[in-house]
Amino acid sequence: MRTKISSRLLAASSVLALGMTATACGGAKTGDTASSESCLDTSGDTVKIGFLNSLSGTMAISETTVFKSLSMAAEEINADGGVLGKKLEIVSEDGQSEPTVFAEKATKLIQDDCVAAVFGGWTSSSRKAMLPVFEGNDSLLFYPVQYEGLESSDNIFYTGATTNQQIIPALDFLKQEKKIESIFLVGSDYVFPRTANKIIKQYAAANGIEVLGEEYQPLGSTDFGTVVDKVKAAGADAVFNTLNGDSNVAFFKEYKGKGLTADAMPVLSVSIAEEEVPGVGVGNLEGQYTAWNYYQTIDSETNKEFVTDFKAANGAKAVTSDPMEAAYTSLHLWKGMVEKADSFEVADVVDAADGVTYDAPEGTVEVDGENHHLAKTALIGQVNGEGLIDTVWSSEKPIEPDPFLKSYDWWKN
Amino acid sequence: MDAILAQVFTGISAGAVLLLIALGLTLTFGQMGVINMAHGEFIMAGAYTAFVVSTITAGTELSLLIALPVGFLIGGLLGLALEASVLRWMYARPLDTLLVTYGVGLVLQQVARDVFGAPAKEVPAPDWLDGSIPILGYDFPLTRLFIILLAAGCVAALLAVLRFTALGREIRATVGNRDLAETLGISTRRTDRATFFIGSGLAGVAGVALTLLGSTGPNLGTSYIVQAFLVVVVGGIGHLKGTIVAALGIGLLQAFLAHALTGSVAQVIVFLAIVAFLQLRPQGILSVRTRSLA
Amino acid sequence: MKTSKIKHSSPYAGWLLLAIALLVLAPAVLSDFRLGLLAKYCCYAIAAVGIGLAWGRGGMLVLGQGLYFGLGAYAMAMHLKLADAGPGGVPDFMALYGDAAVPWWWEPLRSGAVAVVVILVLPVIVAGLLGLAVFKRRIKGAYFAILSQALAAAFAILLIGQVKTTGGANGLNNFQGFFGYALFDPANKRMLYFVAAGILLVSILAMAWLHRSRFGELLVAVRDGEERVRFLGTDPANVKLAAYVVAAVLASVGGALFVPIAGIVSPDDVGVVASIGLLAGVALGGRASLLGPAVGALLVGYAETSLSEAFPGSWSYFQGALFVLVILLLPGGLAQLVGMAKRTVAHRERPALEEAAAR
Repeated sequence: MRTKISSRLLAASSVLALGMTATACGGAKTGDTASSESCLDTSGDTVKIGFLNSLSGTMAISETTVFKSLSMAAEEINADGGVLGKKLEIVSEDGQSEPTVFAEKATKLIQDDCVAAVFGGWTSSSRKAMLPVFEGNDSLLFYPVQYEGLESSDNIFYTGATTNQQIIPALDFLKQEKKIESIFLVGSDYVFPRTANKIIKQYAAANGIEVLGEEYQPLGSTDFGTVVDKVKAAGADAVFNTLNGDSNVAFFKEYKGKGLTADAMPVLSVSIAEEEVPGVGVGNLEGQYTAWNYYQTIDSETNKEFVTDFKAANGAKAVTSDPMEAAYTSLHLWKGMVEKADSFEVADVVDAADGVTYDAPEGTVEVDGENHHLAKTALIGQVNGEGLIDTVWSSEKPIEPDPFLKSYDWWKN
Repeated sequence: MDAILAQVFTGISAGAVLLLIALGLTLTFGQMGVINMAHGEFIMAGAYTAFVVSTITAGTELSLLIALPVGFLIGGLLGLALEASVLRWMYARPLDTLLVTYGVGLVLQQVARDVFGAPAKEVPAPDWLDGSIPILGYDFPLTRLFIILLAAGCVAALLAVLRFTALGREIRATVGNRDLAETLGISTRRTDRATFFIGSGLAGVAGVALTLLGSTGPNLGTSYIVQAFLVVVVGGIGHLKGTIVAALGIGLLQAFLAHALTGSVAQVIVFLAIVAFLQLRPQGILSVRTRSLA
Repeated sequence: MKTSKIKHSSPYAGWLLLAIALLVLAPAVLSDFRLGLLAKYCCYAIAAVGIGLAWGRGGMLVLGQGLYFGLGAYAMAMHLKLADAGPGGVPDFMALYGDAAVPWWWEPLRSGAVAVVVILVLPVIVAGLLGLAVFKRRIKGAYFAILSQALAAAFAILLIGQVKTTGGANGLNNFQGFFGYALFDPANKRMLYFVAAGILLVSILAMAWLHRSRFGELLVAVRDGEERVRFLGTDPANVKLAAYVVAAVLASVGGALFVPIAGIVSPDDVGVVASIGLLAGVALGGRASLLGPAVGALLVGYAETSLSEAFPGSWSYFQGALFVLVILLLPGGLAQLVGMAKRTVAHRERPALEEAAAR
């Protein structure tokens, strides 16, 4: 028996060795350059695009609505005759709230489904996971969420705010309007809050604002007793909140429970939009501030139409928010780029991108061909008694995107 | 001094939350050796019960008090259903129940996502729990106080049931020695079912209470389940007093570490401390003197 | 005599079938993308083979294998990041989030040889120390399962908290090369697939040898009657420890290969959910059988991909149902089905044999 096994072992390993040597030869070494060809097929009367959102897992809470607004945009475009006369064919994949799955599904959409562009992603980690996939396959991603900046890829269009369109205007608001002299930073323990707080601390140092504390809780944490005790003891003029998801609920309930109010110690949040307000509780949030580029309450014809259409498709209780508006806009911007380029080819679309505008619900946005971000108007909002957010301060005109904060001399990375 | 006092209060209230979520587990885990990973989803079901009740009663002041017994019932019925459909076939392989109930939990989560939608729901706290009262110069949130009282109430009720009712005697006998209990004419099947009903019902109550502190969403259970099991293990499986000591101890440790360090580091240290602790006392703080021979 | 011979030789027949399927069939019919996915499943399957030993043969429910998968994966990922950065260079994400300096505990991993040693030896040390503490104290069953789960949870939280040195929740990704081979090149990706499939097949063979060794028999004896083994003069703790360490090393190797193949590792790949996910395939295939864990892991990986592509958002239902149905109705997994089928065939053959014998 023993000899039998070893003879099989021998046979097996020789098969293995053969297989390996057969394929190991001829592979490119590091330093060679990538060359990949898209399998995009535009000969038919439809063109495929991919939606990649988390429909399950912890991030489904936010990304499901992005998926809905993307679907609405696609229906509108198709009803309007499509793009370059071709109807959009949607391939939807579930990112399952895991970066690894985002990378896998992005590869699938590009290589297997041969889509012209992909729309989606939410967390920084999902974007970072997809970035090498889109660069390696020379394909296009439209990313719809505000983020921590310090990034600019030729293969990604960032249709949410970068830091100088959200965080820095928020600080300007606190300094100029609320006249704060001290601030407390509360965030979830991951890349966005840490990078945001790095920027806030340098801004504070340059503007004479004292940072009285900086607290991080694990993602998904719901225990904020200690953190709120620290916030209360520090007694800052305002709190800058970069908490994510469920943690906001626990934080604000604790905040109110310990007798802290929006009047005495306002909280400015950058991750709470209209759809998160009901979960946190209107009573716990009323009077607190947010920083975004879009609110449902924006008074314009385009926005009214957008809100009406979205409610018609998703029920009267549905609300619209910044990330879903940015996702909706991203699809229309891609259409604009493709039509300007008169081609679906990635290189042509990217070449045509600069200066493409769209009359979005938030106002007119314009693509910066250099860094692939949008010029956007910053809006500071205050949560009202109905759970919607009213604009209380605005940058008046669109702010040019500056993801690396080159125009701020106090910034050192 | 103030800071220390604040952390004692925060620690005790965190401990009360842990106690609430672990109380039901220590029953089911202790008596039947069933490792019910779906316990977290029963907690979630309790939280959604609070949401439904508060919607139906249109947010009256009493909706929380109505939701507590309803939550107990919903949790209990879910537990019964799980016991009757799956677990009763698996008492011979307790370790496998962990994976089966994990699967059940996954399904329940996705059901909640499909029925109630992914975004978190609001369960407004009643006005009479609004604000805080000063204790020794520390503003103690009324919601936290309510949870401490609720946890104490649940423990008292459970102790009373175990000590003074016929069912309690049967449960204690079954924990002590299942075979002997059976020869004495106790229907262990019935006892198991009753135990599972009560244990799962307590998860439902915990879920209702948690809506006062956090969000009501499909992932509610997953964020608590690992901690709940650690409390049960540290306390000594099947030992009520041990569970109480463990819950408060872990709550206090977490609060003080989070104050001195950061939340993430505190959590890691607590986990490692528990692993180290179990090296010293593998049976937990208190262990049941079992009368069975296994 | 005849039936027993079938029983013993069939694992090798099965192994050969698996080898042909993985090394000949799959590369011939699958596209580069699908082959890449299969390579990923192979990584899970390597970890699953170890779980089969610890859980199926040893009765230890290892709920926290993500810890070892992560140790291997992060060691490999750190090496690849440093290799990309070049001699003395700083990985890109550190320049972005950190102090643009490589921490001391990263430095040794600049060397590929050190990385390989770390991948193989670190899990031995960690699992060895942990196992020694746990098994000598006779912590077992549910206690052990929950402890190992807590460790995986703690590891994931720790990784997320150290944004500057581990990439935090983003994890590590964007690797350009793998020991000098460019990762964008499909030919090199195929090579990686063959490496993963090869290591999987070899680890199954090693398992076959372990199962039949004295150690393998002792392990099953410990599973079925720990006290009896103790009375016979062997310390069950040592037997369990050895199985646990082997499982840890296999998980680490699987994790290390996962990194260049998936192109990313993040705390989500090592936490509680990922750890339990590794068990799904083992349960499906048959935890105690030789081929079951690996085949099960490959099947679950394939099912997850194709079901989540066909019905986005519904994978939770399938995974949940899989755990419930398989463990409830088919605790021996698919291997049990195969066994039952064989017995039926044997029964049908037996009357004929008996007739012949009577003649």
